Amino acid sequence: MNDMTLMEKTVETQNIKIAAKDVNVYYGDSHAIKDVNVEIEDNTVTAFIGPSGCGKSTFLRCLNRMNDTIDICRVKGDILLDGEDIYDKRVDPVQLRAKVGMVFQKPNPFPKSIYDNVAYGPRIHGLARNKAELDEIVEKSLRRGAIWDEVKDRLDAPGTGLSGGQQQRLCIARAVATEPEVLLMDEPCSALDPIATAQVEELIDELRSQYSVVIVTHSMQQAARVSQKTAFFHLGNLVEFGPTGQIFTNPEDPRTESYITGRIG
Amino acid sequence: MPTFWLVVLLIALAAAGFYGGRRRAIATAAGNVKNLHSLPSYYGYHVALSAFVPAIAALLVWLLAQPMFIETRVSGMIPAAAVPESSSIGLVMSDVRRVAEGLDLAVEQGLLSAREARNAVAGEQDLRALMGEVGVALGSEVRPEVLKAAQAYRNLSHAGRTAMTVVVTLLALGGFASAYVRTHKDFRARNVVERAVLALLVLAASLAILTTVGIVLSMLFETKNFFGLHSWTDFFFGSTWAPNFRGGSELSILPLLWGTLYISFIALLVAVPVGLFAAIYLSEYASGAVRAFAKPLLEILAGIPTIVYGLFALLTVGPALADLFGKGGLLGVEWMAGATSVLTAGLVMGIMLIPFVSSLSDDIINAVPQAMRDGSLGLGATKSETVRQVVMPAALPGIVGAVLLAASRAIGETMIVVMGAGAIAKFSANPLESMTTITTRIVSQLTGDTDFASPETLVAFALGLTLFVLTLGLNVLALYIVRKYREQYE
Repeated sequence: MNDMTLMEKTVETQNIKIAAKDVNVYYGDSHAIKDVNVEIEDNTVTAFIGPSGCGKSTFLRCLNRMNDTIDICRVKGDILLDGEDIYDKRVDPVQLRAKVGMVFQKPNPFPKSIYDNVAYGPRIHGLARNKAELDEIVEKSLRRGAIWDEVKDRLDAPGTGLSGGQQQRLCIARAVATEPEVLLMDEPCSALDPIATAQVEELIDELRSQYSVVIVTHSMQQAARVSQKTAFFHLGNLVEFGPTGQIFTNPEDPRTESYITGRIG
Repeated sequence: MPTFWLVVLLIALAAAGFYGGRRRAIATAAGNVKNLHSLPSYYGYHVALSAFVPAIAALLVWLLAQPMFIETRVSGMIPAAAVPESSSIGLVMSDVRRVAEGLDLAVEQGLLSAREARNAVAGEQDLRALMGEVGVALGSEVRPEVLKAAQAYRNLSHAGRTAMTVVVTLLALGGFASAYVRTHKDFRARNVVERAVLALLVLAASLAILTTVGIVLSMLFETKNFFGLHSWTDFFFGSTWAPNFRGGSELSILPLLWGTLYISFIALLVAVPVGLFAAIYLSEYASGAVRAFAKPLLEILAGIPTIVYGLFALLTVGPALADLFGKGGLLGVEWMAGATSVLTAGLVMGIMLIPFVSSLSDDIINAVPQAMRDGSLGLGATKSETVRQVVMPAALPGIVGAVLLAASRAIGETMIVVMGAGAIAKFSANPLESMTTITTRIVSQLTGDTDFASPETLVAFALGLTLFVLTLGLNVLALYIVRKYREQYE
């Protein structure tokens, strides 16, 4: 716990990257997210925890407007990225998603080569002027995804041929290749074994130096290991949000305590 | 006993067996159904099936085998000398059958006694007139060999019929009795019925397969006959299609194949882009309400009979094209002589294939996991970028399979080309000329009065078999590709 208190001190001074104010989300008639207010800091790993169906993934998907692809989903309230409302009419969701990258629950490499998987985003957004630059971006991203050494000799092999853990790290490399500012991760380790999970967690900790990372997880140990801030969701409400150490050792809300000690969930 | 009454008897026995077996089972359990191994009706079904199934199977086999058996026996009686010039044993045998039938009818109507019919000698009576009276028209006087053969035919049929009745009845009674005796409270009737159900299902499945095999075999035999009469090199490598019923035809498949492939190509040129784009719209862009409305509408297009498409080609598309490209047309060119052309048939066939391509592609596009789309959208790709760069490559093998299936339908399509393509077999690259296809020629070679001994008729079977092999090959290839693609996401 000593480490955590130290970390908390280092993050105290960070800027607010994303600020959500009175966010409500509806799927048709059902009210999935109720008046959520949260401030996500830069260069911090923020964990969303809570029982299944509590709305944590839904809220995560609001942050890069992935919910736009669901017809019946409506979002109310303000979500500010660097002070700008991302649901403003002038904001192009496609551009937004380049800035707010996402890694999904199940590794989802495209049925293309490893190289093309990583080069996908840079190509779409025209980040490379020539082949050499693209090669450089791909290598840098794969290194940042901590998978370069394993795949550098077979960049032309299909991404779907990798193991589950490698696929997930490839997806992380793919997400960082577009140079996002925020990285959203929706249960990135739920389909991985403990070794691959450890690798991905280590990676998340490294990514913190450059990005603001938001991770949804079912594993409280994982939240405790990788995050500096934790938000606990329950039945669509944000019950408690604070430094990870405090949430896990000294929660204010009785519901948080029940969840952490395993009484609800 | 006529076969009909025999079947009625079997059904009656089965019904009696059901109630008998049921009652006996309950009786052995001393009225307590709980002591039975199976539910009472299972015992009933067991007795009914035992009485009915072997007997009806024997009846069917007998009905199929007896004519064949008698035919060979009787045709052996006819000396080769008795077969007239320019005729065949088959024609003589059909005379024999007709005379035998006439004798039967005459006996039935009391014009002849059974004894007279058996002993009639050619020449003594005017048999031809007698046959005429009972409604059997003969082409010539009844010749002695034919009459003798017909009498033998009658005798054998009668004997066979009687034997059949006896055997079938005995089988039914035997089955009934043995099953009835075995009915006891510990007898596992339920398991027997289960096996009977299995046998029924296996039978249905094998019938479907055997029919296919039968069709292929019959085509094979006729094709073999054709190649006995016509050189195979001309069929496969000749360059002219000029059937002539007086002989000396040139029957080459190549011009027909060219027409078929050309029209199919144009059809796919229409159907593939339109169908594919429609599928992409429906599966990726359309909202639920639009999809619920548009998809059934598109599928109605698939339910239109092809003859209606043929009418559309003949009455609408053909004349419209002729107005455009024909003499005095809008474009001021004279490229098209009539309404029928490769383009007419190709366009209409393409329209016919649109729902086929779109509904298959729609299924395949929907099978691409949502995670792929999310991954791409999450990287900041637009919808069309996602479709073009992620969904399409992932769905491509399946779509190729769908296109191949569409191609095999186009190649086998008949009505549209009969009405829209024309009848001239030739090699030409001009889509405004009329051309003909394999299917059209099969229709024209077999319609009207046909004699199944001339190469001009038999060529239809060779064409049909080639078509079958072609479409079978395409289907197998398509299914192989589609299946391989399915495995990718499992």
